[in-house]
Amino acid sequence: MHEHDVLVIGGGGAGLRAAIAAQEEGADVAIVTKLHPVRSHTGAAEGGINAAIREGDSWDLHAYDTMKGSDYLGDAPAIETLAQDSPEETIQLEHWGMPFSREDDGTVSQRPFGGLSFPRTTYAGAETGHHLLHTMYEQVVKRGIQVYDEWYVSELAVTDEDDPSERTCHGVVGYDIKTGQVEGFKARNGVILATGGLGQVYDHTTNAVANTGDGAAMAYRAGVPLEDMEFIQFHPTTLPSTGVLISEGVRGEGGILYNAEGERFMFEYGYANNDGELASRDVVSRAELTEINEGRGVEDEYVYLDMRHLGEERITDRLENILHLARDFEGVDGLEEPMPVKPGQHYAMGGIETNEHGQTCIDGLYAAGECACVSVHGSNRLGGNALPELIVFGARAGRHAAGTDLGEPEIATGRDEEFEREDGLDTPVDPGAVGGASDAVADGGERTDGSRSSSDARSDGGTAVASADDVVQRAVENQRTRIDRLLNEDSGVQQAELREKLQKSMTQNVNVFRNEEGLKTALEDIREVRERYEDVYVDDPSRTFNTDLIHTIEMQNLLDLAEAITLGALARDEFRGAHWRQEHQERKDDEWLKHTMLAWNDGSPELYYKPVILEGEEDTYEPKVRSY
Amino acid sequence: MSTQIQEESEEATETETETAPVERESPGDRRREAKRTASDQRVASEPVGEIEGDTFRLKVFRYDPEVEGKMEPRFDDFTVPREKGMTVLDALIYARDHYDTTLTFRHSCRQAVCGSDAFFINGRQRLGCQTQISDLDGPVRVEPLPHQDVVKDLVVDMEHFYDQMHAVEPFFQGDTPDGDLEEQRQSRENREKIKMSTRCIWCGACMSSCNIAAGDNEYLGPAAINKAYRFAMDDREEDELKEHRMKILDQEHGVWRCQTQFSCTNVCPKDIPLTEHIQELKREAVKQNLKFW
Ligand SMILES: Cc1cc2nc3c(=O)[nH]c(=O)nc-3n(C[C@H](O)[C@H](O)[C@H](O)COP(=O)(O)OP(=O)(O)OC[C@H]3O[C@@H](n4cnc5c(N)ncnc54)[C@H](O)[C@@H]3O)c2cc1C
Ligand code: SF4
Ligand code: FES
Repeated sequence: MHEHDVLVIGGGGAGLRAAIAAQEEGADVAIVTKLHPVRSHTGAAEGGINAAIREGDSWDLHAYDTMKGSDYLGDAPAIETLAQDSPEETIQLEHWGMPFSREDDGTVSQRPFGGLSFPRTTYAGAETGHHLLHTMYEQVVKRGIQVYDEWYVSELAVTDEDDPSERTCHGVVGYDIKTGQVEGFKARNGVILATGGLGQVYDHTTNAVANTGDGAAMAYRAGVPLEDMEFIQFHPTTLPSTGVLISEGVRGEGGILYNAEGERFMFEYGYANNDGELASRDVVSRAELTEINEGRGVEDEYVYLDMRHLGEERITDRLENILHLARDFEGVDGLEEPMPVKPGQHYAMGGIETNEHGQTCIDGLYAAGECACVSVHGSNRLGGNALPELIVFGARAGRHAAGTDLGEPEIATGRDEEFEREDGLDTPVDPGAVGGASDAVADGGERTDGSRSSSDARSDGGTAVASADDVVQRAVENQRTRIDRLLNEDSGVQQAELREKLQKSMTQNVNVFRNEEGLKTALEDIREVRERYEDVYVDDPSRTFNTDLIHTIEMQNLLDLAEAITLGALARDEFRGAHWRQEHQERKDDEWLKHTMLAWNDGSPELYYKPVILEGEEDTYEPKVRSY
Repeated sequence: MSTQIQEESEEATETETETAPVERESPGDRRREAKRTASDQRVASEPVGEIEGDTFRLKVFRYDPEVEGKMEPRFDDFTVPREKGMTVLDALIYARDHYDTTLTFRHSCRQAVCGSDAFFINGRQRLGCQTQISDLDGPVRVEPLPHQDVVKDLVVDMEHFYDQMHAVEPFFQGDTPDGDLEEQRQSRENREKIKMSTRCIWCGACMSSCNIAAGDNEYLGPAAINKAYRFAMDDREEDELKEHRMKILDQEHGVWRCQTQFSCTNVCPKDIPLTEHIQELKREAVKQNLKFW
């Protein structure tokens, strides 16, 4: 069994920042990651990092913009922490050598981004994420932080008290992808989940193949509620054949959207008379799909994004990367022709419920980055606000896990008896584990009735308190059994078929436009796939680099998260931020200024609601009507 | 650096659907054997079901150290429908998801930023996701990166590559301003100078293409030297640090090993002028040596 003070699961921006912070506080920290850190999807971020570092700008303006962008579903303490800490964290990256773009006087450049009242998006060419990721990995190398790369984490080792808030996380189970060994990792102080996005729930996404929401799904099954999962951001400018993203930077620099008739539709059809192309992502995404649905799309599939008028010099200087993307992945020369674009899944605003120190309701379990929901983004994320979230909350989680006192958190986690419960939701099928209330299946243990293998793994059947080592060891045994079963099974269904069915249904039914009928269809499809997943098997018998096995395990996570997204979307009968409901075209502040919380509840999920915190340090944020 | 499997593969007969005789030992082996035969049938050049329209042949190197029949490297053929905009990575995914789920290769971002899928495609190191099928002539042949140990199918061991990258102190070491909010200044020109060198995605294509690296395990290799260049040329680091960095490079297995063959530069998917950077560092090393004379 490996043992460290702090274990960071994931080597993307959030994980690397957390590891560095924990190490700086003196902790023995290790990163366990299924991809080598530099292969993480943070490297794909193009646009930039929002930070109020210039005169004329201030953290409270940044906070105000963020709250407004969130459509008043972000929590003020989280948003203010982000806005306050981002300048220092961004400059910290500069001090670590990150090659930011520069002004004539040698200071770092900033540019305008959608929804910002000040051009505060700090950037490094069109490869900000790549540089952020590599700069932090360099610091990890410098500090000699141990990295277990190509180790897949498949279960959290958590005790099994009935009330999740009384549980403790003692470590994780890792599967060495190269050799097929299953081993325990014990954390003396804490485990920080930094496993990134869940875009693979959809079939058209800007996310990487590895973005399967593992951390969020594992935390959910261990008892941490998922928060605001229905809020999925769709990016309006992705290349139709691959989902590769064309940065908002193109529109920030003056790029224009046209429909097939050559009309600048954002203005011509009044989708956003003030902001036009720079309107928020959900507005532009819906505008594009409306154009396409009404027959004004190109080949009924996409619209055009044109940057030719910016001139070759400006394009190669600031958006050179875009030229490469359009050429390599769509075969289009952005200097000569407009680029085809359509909306694609991009970002999960929701995730693992945490407070502003990254803590979840389970003792010793933290989350940071895209897998977490503090909540900064509420119902809609502003461009350039995810990267600062990684470094601000990654650092805070790392420090706290290493034992630093960050004061009393203002955001509460876990379930409070006072919270409103949803019991009127009409679902066509029962959600949750097949076979009802047991998390055994979800965590892959034996399915026989009464055997709650993963719960067993969490303690001694509730009688004696198991030692940390026992908790980890049992989780390990549980995973060994699960993996042996998947590898030894000779027939059944394969994950690729199930994954395709799930992704198609989600893209069809839980997309930019949502209605009750579609959401219910999605729940039925998810149920069907869940049931078929019971018979899943892995064709490849090898212990060596078995990606078939990994994809099969990930598939379970996609299922749980797809269901969480859809349940939230069905429950929330209003239109807020990125969540649009056909039957409910207005934002209902009287009823819906609250977070959608979903508890796994050992296999029979329960929805409840937690109030939003709008009281800031100085003022209370008053919800304002959203104008376009 | 071992080239063990690779050398064998040079001679590997392209048995395609031919299966070597297998000794049956245990039920597990029998099961595996049955599976293997089944998958061999699926990878036969005849597609399963009807594929309409234009198709092409995808030839993929196969090897697994623990699966009977795959221990001996071989090539499998897949028939893949040609689609507009299809990349080699798309084709591999198609073959895996439709014919043989045991087909193994690294990939993640699909957009040339994660550096996972550098392969030897039609005789040249390229990223699978960045290579359009339409840009290749004839059947598409995909092999693991030469000069690296093969773990399985197209997956190679990257440890040696990482070791070399780590050997050049690949991290910023300059003094920084006292204020937490005080940034260092860097001229646009200087940022421009290091720009290309900062684009490396650690794919390993350059190292694999380099004959010198193949013969000298200790040679730092183009990617690591480029990483050092990125810091040595960054004006935010002080002159003494540059001298320190030059000492790491100015040695037998450093910049002087390079024989200016340009193979690395030719294959780099990020268009980094690697050979130029190495040449510039050689000149820098000479300059520094003169200084100490
Ligand atoms: C194309 C694109 C462009 C973007 N542009 C911007 C932008 O300009 N500005 C901005 O602010 N935001 C942007 N975003 C959003 C932002 O980049 C992401 O939200 C952020 O990078 C996520 O970082 P992360 O550290 O949470 O996750 P990731 O970088 O995805 O890292 C996740 C890590 O977890 C590991 N992992 C996952 N599962 C497991 C497991 N089971 N076991 C072990 N390890 C595991 C992976 O190996 C990986 O190392 C963009 C996103 C995309 C997709
Ligand atoms: S220098 Fe180019 S070829 Fe070499 S590892 Fe970096 S990106 Fe790949
Ligand atoms: S899949 Fe990431 S570089 Fe090709």
